[in-house]
Formats: sequence, structure tokens, C-alpha cells
Amino acid sequence: MSSDQLHDTVSTQEARMGDGVDSRFNSKLREAFGSTPFILTKFDQFMNWVRGNSMFMLQFGIACCSIEMIQTYAIKHDLDRFGAGVPRASPRQADVIIVPGTIVSKFAPRMKRVYDQMPEPKFVVGMGSCTISGGPFQEGYNVIKGAEEVIPVDIHVPGCPPRPEALIYGIAKLQERVQNGETSPVTVKPYELEQFGDLEPDELVQHLADEIDENDLVMRYNWADSP
Amino acid sequence: MSLHEPKPLDVGETPDGTVDHDELEALLGETVIGREEHVNAPAFVVRPDEVQNALFALRDEAGFDYLSCVTAQQYEDRYESIYHLKKYDDPTQEVGIVVPTPIDEPISQTGEPVYRTADWHEREAYDLIGINYDGHPDLRRILLPETWQGHPLANDYNPEKPQVVPFRKHANPLQPDTRGEGAKSDTMFLNFGPHHPATHGVLHVKAVLDGEQIAHVEPDIGYLHRCEEQMCQQGTYRHQIMPYPDRWDYVSAGILNEWAYARAAEDLADIEVPEYAQVIRTMSAELCRIASHMLALGTFALDVFGDFTAVFQYAFRDREVVQDILEELTGQRLMFNYLRLGGVAWDIPEPRAEFFEQVRDFLDGLPEKTKEYHNLITSNEIFQVRCVNTGELPPKVAKQYGATGPVARGSGIDLDLRRDDPYGYYEELDWDVITEDGCDNYSRVLVRMQEVEESAKIIEQCVELLEDWPEDEREIQSNVPRTLKPDADTEVYRGVEAAKGELGIYIRSDGTDKPARFKIRSPCFCNLHTLREMTEGEYIPDLIASLGSLDIVLGEVDR
Repeated sequence: MSSDQLHDTVSTQEARMGDGVDSRFNSKLREAFGSTPFILTKFDQFMNWVRGNSMFMLQFGIACCSIEMIQTYAIKHDLDRFGAGVPRASPRQADVIIVPGTIVSKFAPRMKRVYDQMPEPKFVVGMGSCTISGGPFQEGYNVIKGAEEVIPVDIHVPGCPPRPEALIYGIAKLQERVQNGETSPVTVKPYELEQFGDLEPDELVQHLADEIDENDLVMRYNWADSP
Repeated sequence: MSLHEPKPLDVGETPDGTVDHDELEALLGETVIGREEHVNAPAFVVRPDEVQNALFALRDEAGFDYLSCVTAQQYEDRYESIYHLKKYDDPTQEVGIVVPTPIDEPISQTGEPVYRTADWHEREAYDLIGINYDGHPDLRRILLPETWQGHPLANDYNPEKPQVVPFRKHANPLQPDTRGEGAKSDTMFLNFGPHHPATHGVLHVKAVLDGEQIAHVEPDIGYLHRCEEQMCQQGTYRHQIMPYPDRWDYVSAGILNEWAYARAAEDLADIEVPEYAQVIRTMSAELCRIASHMLALGTFALDVFGDFTAVFQYAFRDREVVQDILEELTGQRLMFNYLRLGGVAWDIPEPRAEFFEQVRDFLDGLPEKTKEYHNLITSNEIFQVRCVNTGELPPKVAKQYGATGPVARGSGIDLDLRRDDPYGYYEELDWDVITEDGCDNYSRVLVRMQEVEESAKIIEQCVELLEDWPEDEREIQSNVPRTLKPDADTEVYRGVEAAKGELGIYIRSDGTDKPARFKIRSPCFCNLHTLREMTEGEYIPDLIASLGSLDIVLGEVDR
């Protein structure tokens, strides 16, 4: 007498699982849950887990590092394996911005605007030495001494430029942080709208101050105080 | 070529293809107030109010149709602009025009009516040094923000001075634009960049549209102006400058750029390079050219028919192979820092046979891949519709703008410094200069694709040479003093054929171990200037295609 004939009725487990949807959608994970296909978790934790595993990057190239960033997205390194590989052209659809390169005085306000346009929660990966300190161009008259002068940065990836592997590691670290619900505090606010802080008033400053309305973004660079 | 009548000699040209500078001096007559000897060619000192007369005479009568570069600098007692002139037919025929202006009143006549390319060069000189060009059509800052105070490469600049940079929201692009024919005009302002997928970096293009057509286009650059010239002026010749060229044109064209600096500095300090090192330089430079053209191809396909999946990824797959080879050779993927003054950093990695096999494998696979690219790209109907007869750049216009590299060769201008002003080992090798007569976006792409094949030919010959090189003659560096101090007031301007065109370096020494003035003539800077000629009157999609086919790198445009 074979076991088939002994259990000719449907088992409880099978009855509860049912045929389900098309078997292609049933992962091993689903099977492991067995008769109770529900998980109990905190909503926040679940959201962070989802966020960390499906990051939309901003297609944002500045300088040399962007070439290595493209390589990271492209064949061989294939960042998509880590759930972070679809670059979006619009900041309004992105939640991670990789800052790949040197930021100069003319570009910083534009980058700030792009960052402001991203929806919350948003995360920043600073790629390369230039986003840490200005890198090899630190002494330049026109170079911002690191991305942190303009926007808060979650992860710094050092290197000039970092290898794709290093960038992937940085992004994996960011995912870890996102999953743990950590993000860097927003403490940096280098620009002020109404006044120019400690700048010596002169003709140009006065002229700009007169012209500014609330929608304008103005950055002041006090090179003497820069790190 | 032999079927053509020999070209009549220009004024000041000798039958054996050199320049008779005394005859030129006679041609320029009273505009000349002196003469200087530069390492590359003699230069005439010209009165600041006679610049146009001198340039017109040299262009129209002496045949100097190529304004390669304008260098501005400040001495203790004067400002100086130097116009480096060459001929498209024979770039070894050179002459410089030096225009001194007093320190308290730096006004010099503009050269813009003679050479269109002087427009941007003079704006840059005004921006960074502070020389005013009388009669210039549009003398504004070009690299720094408009509110910037001071001229950073002038002697009295205070780098600690705070600066203010405002950024106003652009006007709603759908509002009627009132420029042009008064308030009734129905043109529209279209802004794109500096953050835009089609601009290849941080380029900002302001376009005015009339319907679907472009009425006016103005590239706004300077979003990546990271003071490369200042950095090089702060570094010592021997070691501290070499890492920076890698970062001008960062699309893995590193060794090509390093060569530009190496060539200028070696001429300045009179350094010999061993033949073996020249072969290695030639091989690695051509590998860089392939990597650079592959990226141009991939991103162009992405621009033109949004092909992120096939062509783009294929191009990057092949780039990865090149980068692996270069990493094997230099130890870096992107910023090679491989050349040294007087040679290269180190020899081919051991085991040599393995390295050569790696290169050969790549070269053997290349024809198959090229065929694939032609299948996917150039014979693609969509691609042809976008590219054939769009973005036209007639050779005359290209010469006026000082276009070089694949942009010039796509317009039928037969100029390649590797052949015309030989350096390295190119003279001994068998290869061809590619030109196409279409003058459109399509030709420029074709030129790049064929140049990849030519580069492969060069690499193959170099590998053969290196393999058979006797072991005891493998000298990778000549004997160069640890501290280089070229004689004071030696000036040199030298160009090499980089991936995008002529990359020229001007160096003036002041007797110390650092250059007193280091000026970079970037090919992308001049090529981008042609954008207006190519796109005005065309449709918006053609603007994207033209921008892509120029293959600019903003790191090199802005420096």
C-alpha cells in the first residue's frame, strides 16, 4: 500500500496555500512560509528594507568620476545586481544622488537645486576625493572644498577616481544604512538668502542683495574660511 | 595628390616647406615693433592697435589660416596676448604674434574679425587675466560666474576674497520670448543643462526656438572650470604636473594628454626620449584613443536613438577590455600617470608574452566587433535619418573656428598632427589619416570608427616592434635631472593629436622649477564653439545629434 493512497485527501497546508498565482511568481521564500503566508514586522522596518533594495539613482555626471560611474552601471560591473542600477534622468524620480566629481563655484548652486528637487527621503553618495575635500584641485581658486559644503553626504567613497568595485561597496554600505534607517543629519547650510553673513559689504554684494527675491538661490564662498 | 597642380607658395614660404620669417616681417611692415624667439617658432611683437592688420596680412597673404591658440599672461610690467598661428596644410609652419599692453590700460585690438575662434579665446583671456579686447563683439566672462570679482590668473588676484554666485530660476520656458522682433515674436526659450543626460557632462545650452527650429544657440561653459592652469603653474616640471593632464580629457584619453605636456616640456628643457620609450608611448596612446572613441560611439548611440541596451553596452564592453590592458600596463584604470619626462614610468609588465597576447586578443577580436557596430549603427536607418546631412560644418567654417581632430577630418580637412607634425614613433609606422567629405554628423562618426581601426593597425605594429626589441636596449627613460630648471623666459607652444583634436600646451619658464605660465589649448573648447554654426536653422533633435557628434569632454572644455 503506497503512501499516495493513504493520504488521498488534501493536506491542510496544501489547502491553505492553494494553487496560488502562476507558479512562476512563487519563490522559494513563499514556499518556506508554508501554511502562514504572512510576516509580521514593523512598517518602518519593512519600508526601509524595501527602500534599501530598490534605489533609484539620479543620472548625474560631473567630471572624471562619472566615467567610472557609467562603467559601474554598464556591463561587467552591472550595479543593477544590487537593486540600484536604473539611473533616472529627472531628480524628481530619484532618491539617491551620486556626486561624481569636482564641484566648482558656478556649478554648486545648480547642484543644490537638483538636490532640492529630489523627493524625500534622499541619500547622497560622494564619489571621489573631490567630493571629500576638493581632491587634487583643492587649492584651486574656483573649487568647492568638498560636496559637504553644499549638500549633506551619507557615504564618501575615496579615490581618484574610485574603482567601480569601490563605488559598489559604497552603495552597498548605503543600502545597509538605509535598511537600518540611518541617514546623515542635515546640518550644512552654507548659503543664506537674506544676507551674506560675514561678507564685507561692497558694491557687488549690495547690488545682489537688492536684487534677490525669495526664490533665488545665492551661494557665497568665503574662501578664507574654507577647510 | 600628384594629379593636383602644386599649390603656389604663400608669402614667406620657402620651397622646402619652411617659413622665412624675415619675409614675413617685411610683409607685416610697420605693425611690428620687435621680434622674439620661441622654441617652436619666432614671434613678432605687434602694436596693440594693429592686431587685425597683422593677422589679416598673415591669414590672407601668408596663408596662416589656423589660429591655434591665444595665450594671455601678465608680466611685472605688462600684459601680453600671444596668437599662435599655423597652417592647416602644414602645421609645422608656425608663427607667433605677441601683443603687449600696458599694465594700467590693458586694451588690445580684437582678432575676432580675422579668426572666429579668437572670440572664445579672448573671452577666456579677459576672464582669467583681465585684458580688454577692443572691438570684441561680446566680451563677457566665459568660465567664471558673471558676478566674479577679479581675474584669477593676474598677479594681484587675492584668492581669499569671498565670492557670491547667484542662481536665478530660469524664466518659464513656455512664456513667449521677447528677444528678436519685439514683443510679438513667438520664439521660445529652451534651456538645457547643466544637468541633462544629453550634454555629456555639465554643459549648459541656451537655445531660442522658432517653432521646431533653432534660431539661436549659446553654449554656456565653466561648470567644470577647476583651475587646471593654476594647478600646473603650482607644480614642478619633473613630477607634479604629470598627474593633471589625465584629468583634462578624462575619457581614458589620459596618455594622449600626458603626451601633450611631455612633448612641450621635453622641447622646452631639451630632453631626448629613447626610441623604445617612444614605441611604448605610441602604443599606449593609441589604446587610449580606442577607449576614447568607443565611449564617443556608445554615448552618441545613446543620444541619437536612445540605445542604452545594445550599442552603449557593447561599446563599454570593449572599453573594459582596453582598460584592462591599460591597467596591466600602467596600474590604473583611468588616471594613468604613466609618462615621465624623458620616457615612461616603467616597462611592459612581466611576463611580457602574456601582455602581448592580451593586446593581440583584443586586436584580433576588433574586426568582428567593428562589423557589429556597423550593422548596429551606421547601417541603421533611424541613425542615418538622424545623422546624414544634419549638423553640417563646411571646411571653410571649420577652419575659421579652429576645429581639429575628427570634427575637422569629418569636414574633409586633412590634418592630423601625428602625420603632419610628427612626434613619437608614428613616422616609422604604416597607417592612414582618415577623412570624410560629408561634413555632417554621420561623417564625424565614420571618421571615429575608422580611426579605431587605424589605431589598431598602429598598436599591432608597435607590439611586433616591442616583442623583438633586444633585451639590453630596452631603455625606458633617458637621464633627466631630478630638478628641472629651464632657462628663464623660454617659451614653447607644442601640440599633439589627442583623441578630440590638437591639444596644445604653452609653457613659459622663469628660471625656477615651476612654469610661470601654463596654458592649455583644448580641442574641445574650439570644437564646441562650432556648435552654433552647425545647429542654427536646424531642428532640436539635430542639436542633440550635433552636440553628440562633437564628442566634447567638459573637463577639457573648461579646464
